[in-house]
Amino acid sequence: MSPLSRRKLIYTGLAAAAGVSGLGVAASLAHKYGLVPPDHGGLYGLGETLTYASQRLLTRHSFAREFSRSEISERPLANETAPLSEPFKRLQAGGFADWRLTVDGMVDRPASFSIDQLKSYPSRSQITELSCEEGWTYIAEWIGVPLSHVLNLVGTQPQARYVVYFSIEPDWWESIDMADAMHPQTFLTYGMNGDVLPVGNGGPLRLRLPRQLGYKSVKFITHLTVTDSMKKFGKGLGSASPEGGYAWYAGI
Amino acid sequence: MSTLGSARVPLEGSVANSIPVVSATMTAPRHSALVRVTHWITTVCFFALLVSGAEIVISHPRFYWGETGNVLTTPLFKIPVPSSRALVPTGYGYVLPDQNGWSRALHFQSAWIAVLTGLLYVMWGLVTGHFRKGLLPAKGDLSRRGISTVIANHLRFKRPSDEEAWSYNVLQRITYLFVIFILFPLVIWTGLAMSPAFVSAFPATVTLLGGRQTARTLHFFITLALTLFLLVHVGLVALAGFRSRMRAMITGQNGTHKEGV
Repeated sequence: MSPLSRRKLIYTGLAAAAGVSGLGVAASLAHKYGLVPPDHGGLYGLGETLTYASQRLLTRHSFAREFSRSEISERPLANETAPLSEPFKRLQAGGFADWRLTVDGMVDRPASFSIDQLKSYPSRSQITELSCEEGWTYIAEWIGVPLSHVLNLVGTQPQARYVVYFSIEPDWWESIDMADAMHPQTFLTYGMNGDVLPVGNGGPLRLRLPRQLGYKSVKFITHLTVTDSMKKFGKGLGSASPEGGYAWYAGI
Repeated sequence: MSTLGSARVPLEGSVANSIPVVSATMTAPRHSALVRVTHWITTVCFFALLVSGAEIVISHPRFYWGETGNVLTTPLFKIPVPSSRALVPTGYGYVLPDQNGWSRALHFQSAWIAVLTGLLYVMWGLVTGHFRKGLLPAKGDLSRRGISTVIANHLRFKRPSDEEAWSYNVLQRITYLFVIFILFPLVIWTGLAMSPAFVSAFPATVTLLGGRQTARTLHFFITLALTLFLLVHVGLVALAGFRSRMRAMITGQNGTHKEGV
């Protein structure tokens, strides 16, 4: 081995070591500032992490576009869902009077809310677009109470990092980080276009967040849990979507 | 650059002009290592984006103009293929299996790698003068005569001379610049315009285009344009001498000897 190539080898080794330790520092910083999604492992973890991290930095305080009343879609498309379960049908027969949203986990005062209770809180509305991952969209007026209002009522603890939300329908659950959970446009939605939220669009209660794709806006919400880690939920990937091959973070 | 530029007289087009380049750079590779590496990374990413993009389109093979569009609204046009979702009325009696999960993950990961590779290439190209020296057409070549000579050679399927292997003719230069500085930025822009989170921070990304569905439709057409470029590109490489051109883009070596086909 000539001295030149040995020197080259040493330089290459040093550069590689610097690169690896640089990546290590970047990874620990990203973890510290909550820039790593729960589904960061696997073949596509790089893309998921780059998207989530960059958008967390860019969009923490940004607002989804709001539209004028004249831009509301004539007919809000009700996407196909699996046949509704017996528990749902029983509550539906009672006009959803017995529908409950339970909130637990890392909160000071776990609680349970009826739809009427949620309606008694300051009502907000937003005219925003629902974007499906398939490519179609519609605009509607969504009426509800900001999720942050309910989270403040129950008092989230400082170590809270995610809010997990469950549909009454089996295996339908998602989670979002606290930045999205506390965002003013993230609603517990009970109304649409001046009326009650139709069952086809998620009534009686849908978690609506317009800065992510439609599949994050889970229909028929009955349960919220506040947590500091997604490891204990399902396969630990953050929600049911990554278990089916879809991204946990759907801001794209 | 000035000697190269002044040597470019419109009379004989780029063929004659590239001779001084040959003698000056005989020992240098035809394509620098950075060009070769970014070229092939982009190639792999483009195929990944094309396949995954087609798969995503199949879940809703309808296109619209404006902000919103869904199966309840009138499409601008439909692609006559079966869909992977029962929601879409296609006229076919069956629904294809849903492969959107991995397709979307692959699409966005490839997009990230392609964009970062493209940024590296463009910054390198600006710093080294690659665009100015290698891709910007000389004034003389842009004359009607210069361009029509090249077009006539193309129409006659005339194989380029050995000297041409060291440079690009004026049509190549215009096409490559168009792809690098118009089509790629447009496909990235229209892609980002479909991101609900990105446009919340930069709403002009989508409002300038006229809506999210317009962005999706344009994204589709720009993809068609890029695919057309790819087909013509590969076809012309084959015509010019597939082995020598591939060797030049893989190893950097430019065999100027006559090639046995």
